[in-house]
Amino acid sequence: MAASLRALRRRIRSTQSTKKIFSAQELIAGARIVRAQARVEASKPYAREITRVLSALASSASLDHPLLTERENPKRAAVLVITSDRGFAGSYNVNVLRRTEELLALLRQEGKEPVLYVVGRKGETYYSFRDREMAATFTGFSEQPGYEDAQAVGSELIDVFTAGEDDEDGDAGADGILGVDELHIVYTEFRSLLSQVPVAKRMAPLEVEEVEEFDYEREDRESGQTGDSGVPTSYEFEPSAEGLLDALLPKYVTTRIYAAMLEAAASESASRRRAMKSASDNAEELAKNLSRQANQARQAEITQEISEIVGGSDALVSAGAGD
Amino acid sequence: MATLQVELVAVERKIWSGEATMVIARTTEGELGILPGHAPLLGELAGGGVVTIRTDSGEDVVVAAHGGFLSVTERGVSILAETAEIAGEIDVERAREALRRAEGDGDDPEAVDAARRAQSRLRAAGQSA
Repeated sequence: MAASLRALRRRIRSTQSTKKIFSAQELIAGARIVRAQARVEASKPYAREITRVLSALASSASLDHPLLTERENPKRAAVLVITSDRGFAGSYNVNVLRRTEELLALLRQEGKEPVLYVVGRKGETYYSFRDREMAATFTGFSEQPGYEDAQAVGSELIDVFTAGEDDEDGDAGADGILGVDELHIVYTEFRSLLSQVPVAKRMAPLEVEEVEEFDYEREDRESGQTGDSGVPTSYEFEPSAEGLLDALLPKYVTTRIYAAMLEAAASESASRRRAMKSASDNAEELAKNLSRQANQARQAEITQEISEIVGGSDALVSAGAGD
Repeated sequence: MATLQVELVAVERKIWSGEATMVIARTTEGELGILPGHAPLLGELAGGGVVTIRTDSGEDVVVAAHGGFLSVTERGVSILAETAEIAGEIDVERAREALRRAEGDGDDPEAVDAARRAQSRLRAAGQSA
């Protein structure tokens, strides 16, 4: 009996200390969500402006740019998956990876060969464990991505996309690099603290509708400005419209990757906080049950000791009386 | 007097916004001054450039803006930059250090880019680069 009481007490102690770790993690994640949301907000003015500029450009210039044109007979498609570096985030990574698998299956069905680009250590481990080939991995910044990180990823993807322009039926074409014909991204959208949804989007070839849908007109309405959105403005361009488009589109793609990374970071922290909250709740529950059992065991021990003493003294008394 | 509504945004945050009487910037085509009523314009800012915003109170806001675009509409001027710093916030020593390092790195595109960035910071801070 004494042994089991000791074991119970030990378990209570260890449950309580893990609970401390969980609730510390929960607090950290909570603070990170706030920061991540602030960064999502801070990045919005730029995204809005670049979209506005691009739409203006799109309405004035002929849209003839490799990043905008649909390729005939697309053979390979790059898929950028954004996962987290650390675990302890509940179903966050599982959900993103499941969404990715769906997209990969769809691409294969359409006869395109998917090429994986992975952000985050968890995604990297997932694919390397399954012996799946990854074209490149980027790790170490999933919780607090900077613009440089997005640039590194973006330039890699744009390079491989540009290299894919002259590919012919799985042959590398003139430049000797096997590129891709499409760019897709899978990340977790931060809808609210309670709901984060993994989404898959196509980044390139860009669709101009997609650019316009990027709710800049709504922004206008919200800010009460009618501005020039009714009448198409004719812009002067420095340098030429084509030159601008060349410079602007890669930046636009990078901006979108950056926005996706920020959203994913906010989602990651939100999932982590939720997971840690339920873990610390569970630990508390467990500690409570265990201490009930421990109390019971302690009482049983005391009762047994008393009955042993009473039994012993009874025996002594009856032995004395017999003399 | 007419003023321009100026928004200066970097990727990671909004740097400055407000009313201005004039904006001076350099695009890849050359130096450019924008007064209220300017024709709509889209321009690419030259690498390592400095943007000067003359506010309606007559002060100059000098900003090191790197890798960006300029858009002029009837509504005002928006300046988009990959990195931007207001002159007062620039650490001259660090910019010099960055420039030295970048120049030591030779000709690869990243080093050239870093050198331009450092130059624009130094210029904005009123130092020779």
